[in-house]
Amino acid sequence: MQRSHAQLSTPEVAIHAPQGGLLVAIKATLKRDLTLMLRRRGEVLNPLVFFALVITLFPIGISPDPELLASIAPGLLWVAALLAALLSLDSLFRSDYDDGSLEQLLLAPQPLAALGLAKVAVHWLLTGLPLALMAPLLGIMLSLPAGSYAVLALSLALGTASLSLIGAIGAALTVGLARGGVLLSLLVLPLYIPVLIFGAGAVQAAIFGEGIAAHLAILGALLALALMLAPWAIAASLRISING
Amino acid sequence: MWAFINKLRSPKWFYAISAKLQPLFWVAATLLLLVGTVWGLAFAPVDYQQGNSFRIIYVHVPAAFLAQSIFVSMAVSGLVFMVWKIKVADMVATVMAPLGAAMTFVALFSGAVWGVPTWGTWWMWDARLTSMLILLFLYLGVIALRGAFSSRDSGSRAASVLAMVGVINIPIIKYSVDWWYTLHQPATFTITGRAAMTMDMWAPLLIMVLGFYSFFIALTLMRTRSEILRREANKRWVRELAEETN
Amino acid sequence: MAFSSLNEFFAMGGHAVYVWAAWGVTALLMLVIVWHARQERRQLLNVVKRRARRENAQRNAQPSHAQPLQEPVNSAQKDVHHDA
Repeated sequence: MQRSHAQLSTPEVAIHAPQGGLLVAIKATLKRDLTLMLRRRGEVLNPLVFFALVITLFPIGISPDPELLASIAPGLLWVAALLAALLSLDSLFRSDYDDGSLEQLLLAPQPLAALGLAKVAVHWLLTGLPLALMAPLLGIMLSLPAGSYAVLALSLALGTASLSLIGAIGAALTVGLARGGVLLSLLVLPLYIPVLIFGAGAVQAAIFGEGIAAHLAILGALLALALMLAPWAIAASLRISING
Repeated sequence: MWAFINKLRSPKWFYAISAKLQPLFWVAATLLLLVGTVWGLAFAPVDYQQGNSFRIIYVHVPAAFLAQSIFVSMAVSGLVFMVWKIKVADMVATVMAPLGAAMTFVALFSGAVWGVPTWGTWWMWDARLTSMLILLFLYLGVIALRGAFSSRDSGSRAASVLAMVGVINIPIIKYSVDWWYTLHQPATFTITGRAAMTMDMWAPLLIMVLGFYSFFIALTLMRTRSEILRREANKRWVRELAEETN
Repeated sequence: MAFSSLNEFFAMGGHAVYVWAAWGVTALLMLVIVWHARQERRQLLNVVKRRARRENAQRNAQPSHAQPLQEPVNSAQKDVHHDA
């Protein structure tokens, strides 16, 4: 066994034995992923730039007529945000898979479901949440009617959390595959549709002055379901990808 | 009964038992489909509103039912495989997926064709067709994922996970799509949304549904047996069997 | 009978294209599926028989030879046995 630093340097320096425990592991994972992602500033900005670009394309490709844009704005914003979130999924596990740290995560004594959830939380914090906050700005460009901006941001914040969770399952299943990216879209987009329907529905309801509570409640319910079930699916999928 | 079910986990036993069951289901399928076809095409009365195009119901509805049932069966088989490590369950799941996708396509195609005389258009974004389309993508995803892994076992486990995730989503997707379209399409024609059909209209439908299900079971038994041959090819009992069959 | 003549039956009251297209594609698909399943089974049986024949020949030629030939069945995926 190697001589520890404590034995080499002054006796006042104590060595803290690594504390096990779930909370410590989760906090460590959160911190690590946050640090790593913030170092790759470009990767964090990519989805946002994509979001903005796609929204720019629609008035050019369809028509710049503000009335027309206003009527389709909720759907456009939601679809563009959804696609941006989808794009960012591939990098969720890939770099960890490539350098072997994912395998280490699997070997940790703490439940993989919890650690996976921590990674997804960071992903949402740095992808979904920024998308939700940026959306109102793009809504202005699409002449989104007043009274729906707050709902837009809120529905996107709630929705992208579900999208991160569901998408992480797909990302975990395909992380070990050579051309996993294309397959990932095929796997994940059908599962995204309920979130899209209720998210865009909430914004539309706000525009027409109808009650948004039901839509947001269902979005919340979908998120709750995803929070309960996705971590286990993510853990199982990660194990399959690593062992395969 | 549990002893019987337990026996089924062995590929060798499954092969033998399904050999006896298969002919039953083929005969049942042929008879039911024949009777249903003749009754539905020639004897069922003409529909008051839709004319003779309503006869498409006799392939559309059975195909749609099968498409959904097969996905659920696939997910259940996947669960059995993951939890109890029964390989036969995975073989069954592998074999069911392409048929499920084909049935989904049939439902989509017949539904779209039915739409022309009914709605005047080749494609209509209504709840049922949209749900079927999404189901088709889910099937394709499971099939693609299973084949994308270099190790068969990993592919099977990944496909099982995806099938289970998908099966939880299917009712959610159906509900949300249904809700969305009832909001956006007030009073359009629903394909089977009418007052109760008369007995001589839905009796052939029931027969066709049973016929399609028999076909599914017969085909699954047959293809599972082929899958057993494929995977257990280096076992002695398979070699001896091959020598026996002339 | 809902139709008074065979011609009427084929005409389906003007909806012939739709009814026969839908039914035709369905029937065709189901027949193709059955044909493919039988073809698949025939092919696999042939492969297994060939292997059995080859191994028998080997065993007869060299009675001391204990190892059977490992010819891979035509499949793109490997059967690797995992412990976890």
